[in-house]
Amino acid sequence: MAELTKELSQVAPQDSKTQHPETQNSNDVEVGTPTVIVDDLHIVYKVYGSAGDAEKGNAASALMRILRRQGRPQMKEVHAVKGVSFVAHHGDAIGIIGRNGSGKSTLLRAIAGLLPPHKGAVYTNGQPSLLGVNAALMKELTGERNIILGCYAMGMTPNEVREKYDEIVDFSGIGDFVQFPMSTYSSGMGARLRFAISSAKTHDVLLIDEALATGDREFKKKSQQRIKQMRESAGTVFLVAHNLDVIEETCNRVIWLHKGKIRMEGDPQEVLEAYNKA
Amino acid sequence: MSQPESALAEAQGGGRAPESLAALAERHGLRRAIARPSMPAYLRQLWDRRHFILTYATSRNVSKYSESMLGQLWQVLTPLLNAAVYWLMFGVILGQSKSIENYPAFLITGVMVFTFTQRTVISGAKSISSNLSLIRALHFPRGALPLAYTIQELQQLGYSMAVLVLLVLVTGEPVSWLWLLIPVTLLMQLVFNIGMGMFMARLGAFMRDMNQLLPFITRTWLYASGVFYEIDDRTKDLPDFLRWALEFNPAAAYIEFMRDLLIYQRFPERWAWVTCLFWAVFALIVGFWYFWRAEERYGRG
Repeated sequence: MAELTKELSQVAPQDSKTQHPETQNSNDVEVGTPTVIVDDLHIVYKVYGSAGDAEKGNAASALMRILRRQGRPQMKEVHAVKGVSFVAHHGDAIGIIGRNGSGKSTLLRAIAGLLPPHKGAVYTNGQPSLLGVNAALMKELTGERNIILGCYAMGMTPNEVREKYDEIVDFSGIGDFVQFPMSTYSSGMGARLRFAISSAKTHDVLLIDEALATGDREFKKKSQQRIKQMRESAGTVFLVAHNLDVIEETCNRVIWLHKGKIRMEGDPQEVLEAYNKA
Repeated sequence: MSQPESALAEAQGGGRAPESLAALAERHGLRRAIARPSMPAYLRQLWDRRHFILTYATSRNVSKYSESMLGQLWQVLTPLLNAAVYWLMFGVILGQSKSIENYPAFLITGVMVFTFTQRTVISGAKSISSNLSLIRALHFPRGALPLAYTIQELQQLGYSMAVLVLLVLVTGEPVSWLWLLIPVTLLMQLVFNIGMGMFMARLGAFMRDMNQLLPFITRTWLYASGVFYEIDDRTKDLPDFLRWALEFNPAAAYIEFMRDLLIYQRFPERWAWVTCLFWAVFALIVGFWYFWRAEERYGRG
């Protein structure tokens, strides 16, 4: 981890405000400025439409429910994140692992400020952004139109879009398919284009949710390279992935979430080893 | 590997003098993420997103018809077929045409103008609730969505207006210099629609049953707006305040205004101007304010 320490010292705080004794721990290594602080975060959200066994889309039972003045039983509360705390610094690439439903994606959305905390708080510097332009794209449209639409959705200006357009097409490697509707793409091509679009913008704090799951070996390598670059320019990167290799290669810290709580946190090798045993 | 350990230590407040994370955040100038911007800041954000709004509107229009064989031709065919159906029903079968001069033009003008507002209301109500994944993935002023939906309807209106003007000419009305005022009334209606769209967007976002109810509400509105009949003519026997209410109905006002210009070749009365302007300004202010008040709550819970 020697190179990491070097890298960290390069991005070490210049701001006088940040020169506080908290950095002087036993090793006397300068630590990057905190960029994201998560303080005892709880996220509870309501789910509609997940009806019980007895009642599913039945008009009579819906009427009975209203007559009996019951609330909406389909509305369930999900306590997805239960008291998570950690501090992320400049230059960190933090991998978040855990089983399905352990609250990884919810945690990312909360850091991005897209879900309100039920209790606790998320403190950030600048605007953390989720690497996820997928929702803005339309599969009936050509790749070309989608690139433009996606870039605008992320808040780029027309000049920036013109600048980045060729780069996005190159990076995605879809070639002439850019003239065809996205519905004709293979799933790998679609994933590549989406990743290319959403990684075209630079961010302070970047949150990546399963972006690297698809694509061939070559593209995987390219995208890891891209993440490394983004990490250098962004400061802090959060990465959720089920592919543990990706986490091991890109991250310098791993948080293992289990049922909404931090089970373990620290060096990738240690945590991944424990995770694989569990 | 000192860094993760130190971070962990900070997170747990262990070892050293305990400092709360909130205090640490404050010391480094970090802020909580969720807050509603002030109204001027919000308007500026929306202006910065104007390219997204326009592109999103155009893209939705393009993708809407991309699956059908005739493609973009439907943008013209839809208003034409609409006009044909109404003309058949109310002009030929129900025989309204006898009492109103040039009934086809009268009817089609009403239908086109009303459809613009009706479609904005219906799509505005869906603009937030059907874009939850987008809202949960990206940061942007949420008002961009109802605005984009209204712009999309405006683009559709362009085709409808071309069809309308053509039909009015075909039915034998002369071209008049008053037609130059058509963009003015469309602008007033557009501003009204923007306000309505934003208002409906918030209603539709939090009242999930709104989308089921809306078709009935807009149809009632359609029948009350004098699309098929002349309000003056039919309301002679009604009490004054009811007549007044019907005439003050914004949809009726915009329809009458357009008929004055297109068919009757007369400069709209001052009353018409006041009503149309009032509704535009009123809806815009109320709609924007109402939508903005819930800005940080869209897509949550």
